[in-house]
Amino acid sequence: MRHAGETWTKRLFLAIACSAIAGLALIAVFILKEGVPFLLRVGPAHFLASSDWQPQAGRFGIYPMIVASLWVTLGAMLIGAPLGIAGAVFLTQFVPPGVTRVVKPAIELLAGIPSVVYGFLGVMALAPLIRDRFGGPGLSVLAASIVLGAMILPTVISISVDAINAVPRSYLEGALALGATRWQSVHRVILKAARSGIVASVILAMGRAIGETMAVIMVAGNAVRVPGSPLDSVRTLTANIALEMGYATGLHRQALFATGVVLFVIIMILNSIATAAVRRRGGRA
Amino acid sequence: MRLPPRHAQRLAVAVLGAATALTLGILAFILASVFQKGLPHVTWRFLADEPRDMCRAGGIFPTIVGSLLLPLLAIAIALPLGAGTAVFLTEYTRETRLTRAIRFGADCLSGIPSILFGLFGFIFFVVFLGMGWSLLSGGLTLAIMILPTIIRTSEEAILSVPAAYREVSFSLGATRWETVRRVVLPNALPGIVTGVMLGIGRCIGETAAVIFTAGSSLRLPRSAFDSVRTMSVHFYILAREGLSAEMAYGTAAVLILSILIVNLAAYGLMHRFISRRAA
Repeated sequence: MRHAGETWTKRLFLAIACSAIAGLALIAVFILKEGVPFLLRVGPAHFLASSDWQPQAGRFGIYPMIVASLWVTLGAMLIGAPLGIAGAVFLTQFVPPGVTRVVKPAIELLAGIPSVVYGFLGVMALAPLIRDRFGGPGLSVLAASIVLGAMILPTVISISVDAINAVPRSYLEGALALGATRWQSVHRVILKAARSGIVASVILAMGRAIGETMAVIMVAGNAVRVPGSPLDSVRTLTANIALEMGYATGLHRQALFATGVVLFVIIMILNSIATAAVRRRGGRA
Repeated sequence: MRLPPRHAQRLAVAVLGAATALTLGILAFILASVFQKGLPHVTWRFLADEPRDMCRAGGIFPTIVGSLLLPLLAIAIALPLGAGTAVFLTEYTRETRLTRAIRFGADCLSGIPSILFGLFGFIFFVVFLGMGWSLLSGGLTLAIMILPTIIRTSEEAILSVPAAYREVSFSLGATRWETVRRVVLPNALPGIVTGVMLGIGRCIGETAAVIFTAGSSLRLPRSAFDSVRTMSVHFYILAREGLSAEMAYGTAAVLILSILIVNLAAYGLMHRFISRRAA
């Protein structure tokens, strides 16, 4: 009797355990179901390569948004990755552990600041500064890159600190014993050993930057065009979806889901690379 | 030109230190500017009154209700699923192809941007299942979004329960389920609650996944099928439409404060949990 009950609880837990896969499958199926027929109808090549986005006229090309997403993400990585990695190295190697124990959780707490707040401050503080200093509309690739760069700092720092701390202490001791300075040991030994974890942190941050929506809508300006300079206003893939989702119907709505499919594919590729990078280290993210 | 090692060391420390200071400076600037401009507007009236004059005056009470109800509903759905998944992964099976698939699924889910959750929630819950913009659509969407967090923290919490506890329980003749319910889960509870708090924090701060599923109605919801507006969505609308910078800063201050409190509680719990385990 009790044994039979055991079999059933196990089955119940098995069913529950499939919820994550089921959720993922539902998301994939429903976004693909809306987006793929549209892609086939318009032609993926046209959809991806055309710069003509006029939904009311039935012209759908997302090339400017793809370029904008790449620019903004690249800009965010150029700002956020070096700062974050430098912070992680400094916090793990050059300050007393007691300081790190306080500062790291504080930085992680700040990962909870909603993206809309970052976007708002970008509009209030950053955009006017850029407009006055460098010209252009202010709301631009540059503004979006800085805001996103700041947003990904906690991710980069937190995961990089874990990766650096996972390097066996004997590596450092060995390098120091050979007469290397602390900095020589850090950049010749520790950073090499922690490389895959740091790479994973950067790729995860990249996924976050490319997927970020609300902050980007607020600071990027949202003009549909291929940017010519970092001071130009742009619209990213995510912004395109969120801006028009509220009123889109029919083909237009399907076009937005197709934009979502493109985003989904990009994110999945990035995540697979990050997972592979972590796995090579032999741990789990 | 090569720097002598001693100078290279000094230079490196200076550069890294400056980068760290800049990072902390940015984060401090965000908190300081929001609190400095926002907190003066946070009065009792601001918290307890409804928005008036097209959100230019009054308070944010309905959005506080929205930011309470939506995460609670999401947790009510995600906690049994997430903790159940963790129990299955740790107690009921060994590493197999299935468990790897489950972990892979959770990892993928945690990488999906919130706008895609919004798209999915809209087309599946709002349109396909006909729930409309509602508390329920939003709660279900957020539940899927935070599921990976709950699974991972629950799994870590359960794994940290010493194997000896289970062995004692089995030796007393308890079945696996009795052991899970009476021994494993109670001991893993603080760790699981940490995950719940982190999930709540994420839900409170979320905008893109909420605005397309729960809508943005300012009326107080009377059932799970009514639309609600959370503080994040309210803040987004205020900021986007340039309605009132004061109201926006006030909302942002309340929003950040509530998330910081929830996350602090999570860290406090985790810390106590870890130190108890170590003892």
